[in-house]
Amino acid sequence: MKISREEVEHVAHLARLHLSDAELQKMTAQLDTILSYVQKLEELDTVSLPPTTHAFSVCNAFREDEVQESLSQQESLACSPQHTEEMFQVPRII
Amino acid sequence: MDLYELTIAGAMEKMRAGEISSVELTQSCLDRIEQVEGSVRAFITLDQEGALERAQVADAMRRSGRDGLLCGIPLTVKDLLCTKGMRTTCGSKILENFIPPYDATVVERLKAQGGVLLGKVAMDEFAMGSTSESCAFKIPQNPWKMGYVAGGSSGGSAAAVAAGECLASLGSDTGGSIRQPASLCGIVGLKPTYGRVSRYGLVAFASSLDQVGPLCRDVRDCALMLNVIGGYDPRDSTSVHREMPDYSSALVEDVRGLRVGIPKEYFVEGLDPEVEGVVRKGINVLREAGAEIVDVSLPHTDYCVAVYYLIAPAEASSNLARYDGVHYGIRDMNADSLIAMYKDTRSVGFGAEVKRRILIGTYALSSGYYDAYYKKASQVRTMILQDFQKAYEKCDVLISPVTPTPAWKMGENIDDPLAVYLSDILTISANLAGIPGMSVPGGFSRDGLPIGIQLQGPHFREDTLLRVAYTLERGIGVAGCAKVC
Repeated sequence: MKISREEVEHVAHLARLHLSDAELQKMTAQLDTILSYVQKLEELDTVSLPPTTHAFSVCNAFREDEVQESLSQQESLACSPQHTEEMFQVPRII
Repeated sequence: MDLYELTIAGAMEKMRAGEISSVELTQSCLDRIEQVEGSVRAFITLDQEGALERAQVADAMRRSGRDGLLCGIPLTVKDLLCTKGMRTTCGSKILENFIPPYDATVVERLKAQGGVLLGKVAMDEFAMGSTSESCAFKIPQNPWKMGYVAGGSSGGSAAAVAAGECLASLGSDTGGSIRQPASLCGIVGLKPTYGRVSRYGLVAFASSLDQVGPLCRDVRDCALMLNVIGGYDPRDSTSVHREMPDYSSALVEDVRGLRVGIPKEYFVEGLDPEVEGVVRKGINVLREAGAEIVDVSLPHTDYCVAVYYLIAPAEASSNLARYDGVHYGIRDMNADSLIAMYKDTRSVGFGAEVKRRILIGTYALSSGYYDAYYKKASQVRTMILQDFQKAYEKCDVLISPVTPTPAWKMGENIDDPLAVYLSDILTISANLAGIPGMSVPGGFSRDGLPIGIQLQGPHFREDTLLRVAYTLERGIGVAGCAKVC
């Protein structure tokens, strides 16, 4: 087994997901299949190779630090499921 | 011929000559939608009234002598491009009520050229899939054969264009999501070079791979759409500042002097003989037109699925962390703590495929596994990139199948994600290498399913792709609109 049910449960917590027992069982099996498959990368020697994170990278996309038009506070808040006139609201933390 | 069957170029000609109006053209598409949408199921959001208003405005613009490149053309966009005031769901329940306060740059550009937006079309949830079956709202069918997938993730775009519900559409391609549905639905699809088209306002899936591109009924329209959407955008830091040619001037039926490479790894076991036959026929068309055919090798092709299904989920797990029920989208209102609210919202909002990829990605990036999975995959990505660099020393363009088989039945492999992932093997490398790729209709299977031919070129050589595609199209013909029955 590449991944255990407990590991999947832990990863789900890190990703802020609940999984039901049935989901957990199915996901564990599917993740195991996928992780076993990607194991084939081990066949390749990559020791001296740099990683590629962007195939065509643009270095330092700078612009002048000027104030430009942006969304109003009202527009930004309008999409939120719960907000006051000036803030996003979340369940009590403290 | 009904008006909805026109290409963009054909419709523009008729409108400019005063033979038809945009209102008539748009109404023809809306009637077509009324007639076939029950079977095609491409639209998540349809804005009939708004479309007719925009068509009226386009007609008025034309009368006053101010017509843009798409003035009065009925279009759709994949439901992951933000449209100001029009719901943008990304095919996910978590965004079912999201109405963006701004337009994506590409949408802004379509509108600036007078394009008439009919609505937003279906897709796999967060563009994660190859069949559009993970869409939370509607699952499109292949207009050429009911009960068969339209492909994915831009399945709604491909189905709508092939069925005549719109003249062209915009999709996005992270591992083949434009080229594969275009191939399965018998239309032309283009994934531009990474950085050629702005992604501002595109809901992010895997940021080092995502690219926006057109799905059209012929190659000329594809060039036209790329002229409109391409080019530098300061609002996308990965957008490349580089002069853009007029892609319409690449439309010449002449491939003399061009070297067309056949990557041997793309013609392997498991390739459907009918698909291979169509591609071989395409190669002959180019040979007869004067192209030089050369054999090339992309030796690490067999590893691309493994690389992709680590890198794409890793980036997705990070990108999708933003769906926390706070700023936009749905929220589970019953939770009494912040963590519970996050978990409840995300668990209800995301579907199974999205959860699966978030889990793979989180795992591949987690402490202790990062080097073995994410870093290793990124290093093999370098090998895949080098494969292409070497191949392009010997040829100007690569020709191959797009998918190993024509469209398959809906519901197949739904519980076997790896089997579906493996069907992406021929399209994924272009995203890993950031190169442009295209799917052009090549023919049909005995069952009446379309089969596409894939062209891939070096960075920023969309012009070469269009030239070869145009020559192929002249030799093979276009598929036209599906009857839908």
